[in-house]
Amino acid sequence: MYRTTNILESNTQSSSLGETGYMVINVGPQHPATHGVLHLVITLSGETIINVEPHLGYIHRSIEKMCESLTYRQFIYTTSRMDYLSSHINNHCCALSVEKGLQIEIPDRAKYIRIILDELTRLASHQLWWGAMAMDIGAITPFFYAFREREMINDIMEETCGARLTMNYMVPGGVMFDLHANFQKRVKEFIAFFKTKIDEYDEILTGNVIFQNRMKGVGILSKEDAISYGCTGPTARGSGVNCDVRKLYPYEIYNNIQFDEITATGCDSFARYEVRMKEMMQSLSIVEQLIDNIPEGDFQAKTKAVLKLPKGEFYTRVETARGEFGVYIVSEGATTPYRIKFRSPGFSNLSALNHMAKGSKIGDLVAIMGSIDLVIPDIDR
Amino acid sequence: MLSLETITNNVHDWLNSHVSNTWATIIEMVIVGLLVIGLFAILGLILVLMERKVSAFMQIRVGPNRVGFKGSLQTLADTLKLVLKEGLTPKGADKFLFNLAPYIVMCAAMLILAPIAFANNFQIWDINIGVLYISSISSISVIGILMAGWASNNKYSLLGAMRSGAQIVSYELSAGFSVLCIVILTGSLKISDIINAQQNGWFIFKGHIPAIISFIIFIIAVTAETNRAPFDLAEAESELTAGFHTEYSGMKFALFFLAEYVNIFVVCAIGAILFFGGWMPLHIGNWHGFNHIMDYIPSSLWFMLKVFGLIFLIMWFRWTFPRLRVDQLLNLEWKYLLPLSLVNLLLMTIVAIMGWYF
Repeated sequence: MYRTTNILESNTQSSSLGETGYMVINVGPQHPATHGVLHLVITLSGETIINVEPHLGYIHRSIEKMCESLTYRQFIYTTSRMDYLSSHINNHCCALSVEKGLQIEIPDRAKYIRIILDELTRLASHQLWWGAMAMDIGAITPFFYAFREREMINDIMEETCGARLTMNYMVPGGVMFDLHANFQKRVKEFIAFFKTKIDEYDEILTGNVIFQNRMKGVGILSKEDAISYGCTGPTARGSGVNCDVRKLYPYEIYNNIQFDEITATGCDSFARYEVRMKEMMQSLSIVEQLIDNIPEGDFQAKTKAVLKLPKGEFYTRVETARGEFGVYIVSEGATTPYRIKFRSPGFSNLSALNHMAKGSKIGDLVAIMGSIDLVIPDIDR
Repeated sequence: MLSLETITNNVHDWLNSHVSNTWATIIEMVIVGLLVIGLFAILGLILVLMERKVSAFMQIRVGPNRVGFKGSLQTLADTLKLVLKEGLTPKGADKFLFNLAPYIVMCAAMLILAPIAFANNFQIWDINIGVLYISSISSISVIGILMAGWASNNKYSLLGAMRSGAQIVSYELSAGFSVLCIVILTGSLKISDIINAQQNGWFIFKGHIPAIISFIIFIIAVTAETNRAPFDLAEAESELTAGFHTEYSGMKFALFFLAEYVNIFVVCAIGAILFFGGWMPLHIGNWHGFNHIMDYIPSSLWFMLKVFGLIFLIMWFRWTFPRLRVDQLLNLEWKYLLPLSLVNLLLMTIVAIMGWYF
């Protein structure tokens, strides 16, 4: 994955500042800008970035290997610990893949609940991203505004499934429990509240001249590059790639819902910012469409106590807040998967970082990292 | 009336009547020194608390509210913590320069207080080149910052210090030019003359558009000079962890921290003196009754009100603006502010020569 010898060489060269005159700086593993234990080795000429090399592995937990010894009901819980900001969506994907393998038809009520929670998760994730990205470029106040609304979603989640971060609510066959009686009321309250506050987001950050100058024309990722780096999610859609899994390969009831796939053609940090901001509104409208129409009925299909996937290979993908998340299961017909591979959006998006950041300033690197919305446990599984 | 002026005069007379003139001067100097240090401590306590409360207000939070009445002793607790902490010196650092740097920054901040008039006739040193003195002393602090960055033997510190050096040296020009505008209006560099010239109207009202432009330039430039957001590149927390003071801990860090707040106070005091008439009460043309009532408010209160108003403005910037990038920062100064302030200086000269001000 990365060439250890080369890194050591470049380090020794620069420490003497001899031939090249470049300075090598380690950003991370503990650094306020990396939002986790990401380690970036940056080669600088003055303030200009020559090269960025991400080093991974600081929180590698070998989740994929662990999953090989866990049953099809158990392995879902590990995925909450990957992209902890889209844990519902990760769980959803795993549940979908098991259902696909066993050909379980899940009740409509469960489908609706799943989609609503997915979209609420996406909203919460984008809110956190908004605050964190503002903090990356030096504005601290937006973080608190973002958390005010995110707190409401977290409360809803807590009431629904007992957890605020690692949900583990989606299980093969549906969802684990039925909705709390307050659910609809509180979601409606949230929608009404968020609609009054969304303007504040634009007032404090989007319209700011300094902010726009920091974002526009920074971190250019062309459409071709976005495709060849395998970028997905808002990172790729900011470059004009149509890659929304909800539209391309609709799962559950997404093909019955009215929503737009947001793309922008700016190819810069600001385009990615715009995509996420508009996606928040789309998620809100999806929740609005579904919240009054949750059908009555079972929340979980009847499944066998021990799940055994038939022999074969299964791939399922969903759209998380960061991009395409895929679960690839190779089954030998046993109670545990023979091999599991997760396709995490953050990893591919991070791979484009060097391409985007080359030639810009250190401050831009932080803004670019903010705009591709990295969640480190997602990259390092 | 018990004003600050009478107190100082009484002390002066009493000392002179009891000891010889030389000793009286020496004792007065010691008293002034102690007062300045005391003012520093009080300013630190008040401004840090104010910053936290203002930021809390901006960020829909409550802010510190546990230590003392409504969190009033929070800063004291923080200071106590910092004093008790170990002051680490990193391996490979230049020990002498590393330890010297915070004191230089601190001393530079202290020295600027000398010509500032806190109230009517209450001034440490009414030097006849007051404005020049202020702008020359305020450029000393960059030496301390560069020293800190270089001596820390840390790449982040070095980058932060270099940024800060470029920034302070650049923005000094704009700040200087905007101050010059006022000097042109007054025809004097002496602080007391500048304040007395604003007897019947503050310069921001008297000086027409050029004064307003120079006030805006001044506020931008001093925000940059004090390394405050949106120009806090020297300590850009998300980029350089803490910039030039990354390696500082304990009391040495506290000195940098304190110097930042004292610098804010000082630049706001200068802003208040130059543009808002220092301790001069608000007078409006021929409203004699109104002017008379305004005169009853003590001059020290007027001064503090104006200074804290400006401090609030600068804090407001910090908590609502994102940070500029280093090249944008220098572009702003060299491509926009500097030409603008030169043109503004010309404009002000015309206004002053033609006598178009009130």
